[in-house]
Parts: sequence; structure tokens; C-alpha cells
Amino acid sequence: MSSEGSDVDFYYDDDDEMIVDDDEGSAISEDDMDGIDTYRDDYAAQPSSSKRKIYEVEFDTLPQEAVEGLIRKDVEYISSILGVETDAASLLLRHMNWNKEKLIERYMEDSAAQSAKAGIAPVEPPPAQIPPSSSRSSSSRSVKTSSAPKRVTRRTTAESALKAKALLTPEPSVEPESFLCPICCDDSQPKTLSLVCDHKFCADCWVHHLKNKIRVEGDYSIKCMASGCTLIATDSFVTSTLAEEPESVERYKELIVRSFVAANKALKFCPYPSCTYTVSCPNAATKSALTQMVPTVHCATESHKFCFGCPIESDHRPVICGVAKMWLKKCEDDSETANWIKSNTKECSKCQSTIEKNGGCNHMTCRKCKYEFCWVCMGPWSEHGTTWYSCNRFDEASGIEARDAQARSRASLERYLHYYNRWANHEQSAKLSADMYAKTEKKMEEMQITSNLSWIEVQFAKKAADELFKCRMTLKWTYAMAYYLQKDNEKEIFEANQSDLEQAVESLTELLESPIEAEDIPVLRQKMTDKTVYVQKRSEIMLEDTAKGFLENRWRWNVNVDGFEPATVLAD
Amino acid sequence: MAALPKRIIKETERLNKEAPDGITAEPHEDNLRYFDVTIKGPGGSPFEGGTFKLELFLPEDYPMAPPKVRFLTKIYHPNIDRLGRICLDILKDKWSPALQIRTVLLSIQALLSSPNPDDPLATDVAKHYKENEKEAIAQSQEWTRKYAVAG
Repeated sequence: MSSEGSDVDFYYDDDDEMIVDDDEGSAISEDDMDGIDTYRDDYAAQPSSSKRKIYEVEFDTLPQEAVEGLIRKDVEYISSILGVETDAASLLLRHMNWNKEKLIERYMEDSAAQSAKAGIAPVEPPPAQIPPSSSRSSSSRSVKTSSAPKRVTRRTTAESALKAKALLTPEPSVEPESFLCPICCDDSQPKTLSLVCDHKFCADCWVHHLKNKIRVEGDYSIKCMASGCTLIATDSFVTSTLAEEPESVERYKELIVRSFVAANKALKFCPYPSCTYTVSCPNAATKSALTQMVPTVHCATESHKFCFGCPIESDHRPVICGVAKMWLKKCEDDSETANWIKSNTKECSKCQSTIEKNGGCNHMTCRKCKYEFCWVCMGPWSEHGTTWYSCNRFDEASGIEARDAQARSRASLERYLHYYNRWANHEQSAKLSADMYAKTEKKMEEMQITSNLSWIEVQFAKKAADELFKCRMTLKWTYAMAYYLQKDNEKEIFEANQSDLEQAVESLTELLESPIEAEDIPVLRQKMTDKTVYVQKRSEIMLEDTAKGFLENRWRWNVNVDGFEPATVLAD
Repeated sequence: MAALPKRIIKETERLNKEAPDGITAEPHEDNLRYFDVTIKGPGGSPFEGGTFKLELFLPEDYPMAPPKVRFLTKIYHPNIDRLGRICLDILKDKWSPALQIRTVLLSIQALLSSPNPDDPLATDVAKHYKENEKEAIAQSQEWTRKYAVAG
């Protein structure tokens, strides 16, 4: 392995030199071909049973309970370090977007301010109507932070709200039986609840409020119902109040888990509908990591495959997220319409109107500015003298520029179409091969009945079809990658691998489509199994070499890609 | 129609008995959740002398959800758009079930006293207010005279 490592360094250096000196190109390409062989040998030496391939990323799947466990761990950690209750620790963490270090630092600076901001302690001293004997609110006395509203309108809002509160909040001396809930104005509610701010409301209103916030607004930091009160309901308050609403409690927990996952770059929620798994992939957590690998992961449900780095497609290996995105955007964009216009029309050299010639002679008169010019050489018609309709003025300086621009744009369109057609073709073929397999499967089933083949013996076709689908997807994305790869030796190797894989895939497709007769099955099975293994190997090589290339920073692009050196040769 | 919650009945009663200065709010006979509201332009504001009509509706979820309020009279104000929609925190995310119709209307009255062009809804008006406050205020006064003074 060590020798290979030095080889790699060697290529890399050469690659850099090559930009300066093109003459060495041929020599290097031979060396590089050796490199391919090395990889191939590597592969042969290490059968596919080896643990993790270079193009695979390490990841872990966590069920919701496990994430809840992680949250609990953080909460307990904060609780012990800062010496606060777990409920308070949870609110503090949420306030800091689950950033423990930042929380500890800020809390050490000013614990009162942080508690107030996190909604643990009231911002203002508790309203006058709360009896001084209320021991629970004593802690809030000291808290007089100035997170008061800054804007005039907001302050008036708060003031009028305070007035209203004074009017609505019941006298503390009132007996519990005659308590009038300020929300529903019902005095027959037996049970009242309040947070530490002691703003009492009937239990029914609290349930409504919490349910409304959780189910309708998807909020998990739910403020006290009193206007202007910044206290947030603690986890235990929410769960105990909603004891009879298990669905809302579940949703509440899920919302917290989601916020935790969203705040943690190494975690991602499985994007499949109603899947509750979370995938942890610390290696793909940074932007720069995404320029070196394609983090294709799946949750505990193996078919839930997705890319940890982007939402583009579940598996866009071998091309990295940034380039895949660029390619898709290009395909979707109207930029290609513009390209068509460029290739099929010309611009009036005077007023720049776009003109498509759909017949007639070469003596054009711009409809807009009435400029007369020759369609062939784009030069002014007046220079054509009396040699009407036979433009022999090809080298006329006034026409050269227009023609050059058109030729370039035509070439660029053709180049794009070359890659796009292959890209689209593989996508289409992948779909077709799935249909094809459905037919084959049916036939296989029939054969199982008519002949003495067992179920396991007809599985080879399924394996082939699955492999084909996977490889077609890989191939598809190799065309996106090739489109953006700068033309150099590395790209040549890339394309050689691509073509090997493509050939293998095509011949396996042919086998899969060949007619099946019962007596031929053993032979066909042998052939197909062999071919499948070969395709698998070619695909491994393709993926492995590309992944290695990213790690070694071997790939050069013909456009600027985030996280890479600027392109030396820009595509037209 | 479902029975009107006690809360709404009480609020309506109080609005009737002791209406806040310069504010009236009357429920429709056929829909007790729908109120016709008038607010007098506060003294010292560019809206002084005008009487502004608004509509207020209490949705099904009220008081868990905020009331819906809209100006019916045209007004030149950075936080109120051409359709009469109002940019006010307590009508959106800062709503609390402890707030009432009364507090909402008082807040709107306060908003008339102190337009806040830094948090605009009608961007053109806000821009006007920021770039040439004197002229913008004159414009507000003119609109008040034109649309909010009876007769």
C-alpha cells in the first residue's frame, strides 16, 4: 500500500507540471495506465468482503429513541456542569440551538441573562398581583435584563398588553373554587396550572394552548399564555399537562428531536415519508468533506438510500454533490434554449435582433432596423457589389467575428448534447431494464413450475437486473462528471473506466434480454453470473478510482467548482 | 352556529360598557364574531381628526389564535398596506391568548401614533417616511383628510 501511496504523489506532481508543459503528456498517460492496473490488482487481492470500500462512507443509523438518548445525555451533561435542573438545562440548550460549548461560555458570563432569554426565569420582575410569599418566583427578582422591546410600536404593544393582564388576572386571594380563567372566562374550572411565573390559567386552556402550538404551529418552545411573559413551558410541564393527549406528546418529542438533528451537522433525518430514523455521518459533516466524497447513506430500512450531502438524488456516485447540482441545473435551465438560439439564429450586426432564416436568399434585410446584410458572411450587403447571391467574401474582416462566435456556440452545444444524451439514455435504460426484469421474472416463475428448477436457481436474473440498475445510475452520473472534467490524462483514464463499465453493462443487458429456454438455463445462468460479477468489478473500479481521485485532489474541472482551485481552462 | 364561548360574550359586554377612548367595536347581529370597528386618529399623529373604519373577525380557534383585523379606510402608513392589512407582532407570532380584542385595538391605535418604517409592510410608504419624513407625514395628513373625515 505504501508504494501505491508514493505513486499517487508522483502522479499528482506530474499533473501540476503538465499544466505548464504539455509535451510530457504522453509519458504520463502511460504511467497512469499502470496506476489503473495497480488498483485492479488491489481489488483482486482484496475480495469484496473487505469491510468498507473507499467510495463508501462510514455512517450509523439511529432510531428516534437513540436521538432522544443523545439529547438526554446533553441535557444531563449541561445540568451537571451548570448545576441547573434538567428542565432548565433542556430549555437552555434549545435556546443555544444545542450548542453546548457556546451555552457554557455564555452562561458562565451571565447566567441570569441566559436564563431569561431561554425562558426559564421571567425577564421582568413578576407582576404585582403575585403574592410576595410566592417562593418560586423569588429567583426572578434579580433578573432585570434589558431584553425589553426596542421599537416604539412594540413597546406600546407590550404596555397595553400589561394593562390588559392586570385587568384579567385574578386576585390572588380568590378562592380556587371561584377562579375565573382569563382565557375562557369560565369560573367553573376546578384545576388551574401555571409556570413558575405564576400566571394561572385553567388546565383546559393550557391543554388547548399546548395542543394548538404543537399540532398546528409545530412549535416546541411554547410560551406562557400571559401576554408579554417570556417563560417557556418545560418538558415536564408539557408532558404532564398533555398526559391525556399522547399523540401531541409524541409530536412534541419529535419536534425536539428534529430541532436537535437540524442543529447537528453530523446528523440527518431520513427523508423518506414517515420514516423516523436519523443517520449519523460525522465524516460528511463539513462542506470541504463534500468535495472529497459522495456520502451515500441509508437508514435502518436499507432501501431508504439518500445522499447525506444534498437532496439531489439518492445516489449520484461517483460525482460529488456540487458538480451533480451544477449539471442538473444546466439540464433544467433555459440556458440550453439560449444555446439553441445561438446555434440556429444570427444576430443582426447592427441592432442585435435575433434572426432565424427560414428560407429565401442570402440578402437579408433586418425587419427592425432595415439593415441589409449577407446571411453567409454577415458582412454588409453593400460590400457585395454586383455579385448577387454568390458570396465569395468569406474572409471579409467584417464577417469573421460573427461567424467565429457562432461556430463556438455550435460546438459547445454539441458537446453538451453528447453528454446529455448519454446521461439521459442511461436513465432511460435503467427504467427499461427494470421493466425488462419484470418480464424475465414472470418467465422464470413459469419455468420454475414447468421444470425442476428451484427458486434459488432463478435468482441470478434478479441479481443481474439489480446490478444493472445500479451501474446505469453510476454511468449516468459519470457523464455529468465527464462534462465538467478538464481535458487531461486523468479524464482519459476516467473515460477509459467509463467505457469499460459501459461495455460490460451493455453486454449484460443483452444477456438479460436474450430469449430463455428451459434447457439453456444452466448455460445462461453461468454466463449471466459471470457477467454480473464482471460488471460489479468494473463498477467497483470506476467508483474506487473516482473516489480516490477526489481524496487525492486529482480531478480538474473546466468550470469553477466550490472548494476546488479555479479552473485553468474554462469551458466556452 | 356553535354557541358563542363565554370569553367572547364577556369581551363584547365590556367593550360595550367601557369602550376605550376613541375606539368603538360592535358585533354584527347575524355574526357575533364579526365586529365593525372605528378608531379615531390619535392626537398629535398625522392621523389626528380622522375616523378609521376596520373590520375584526374572531376565528374559530380564538383565543388560541389571534383575531383577524383589517383597515377598511384608506390610510398612508408604513405598517399598513393598500389592502388594509396590518403588520403588528401581536396579530402574528406574538399573539397570546391572554390578549383581547380591546388590547389589539389599543395596540393598533398606538401603531397610528408611532409608525415604524424600519419594519415596513407598505414598502413604498416606509421608504417615503425614511427618506423624507416631513413630506410623508404631510401625505398621511392629506389622506386622512381625504378618506377618514366624514362629509
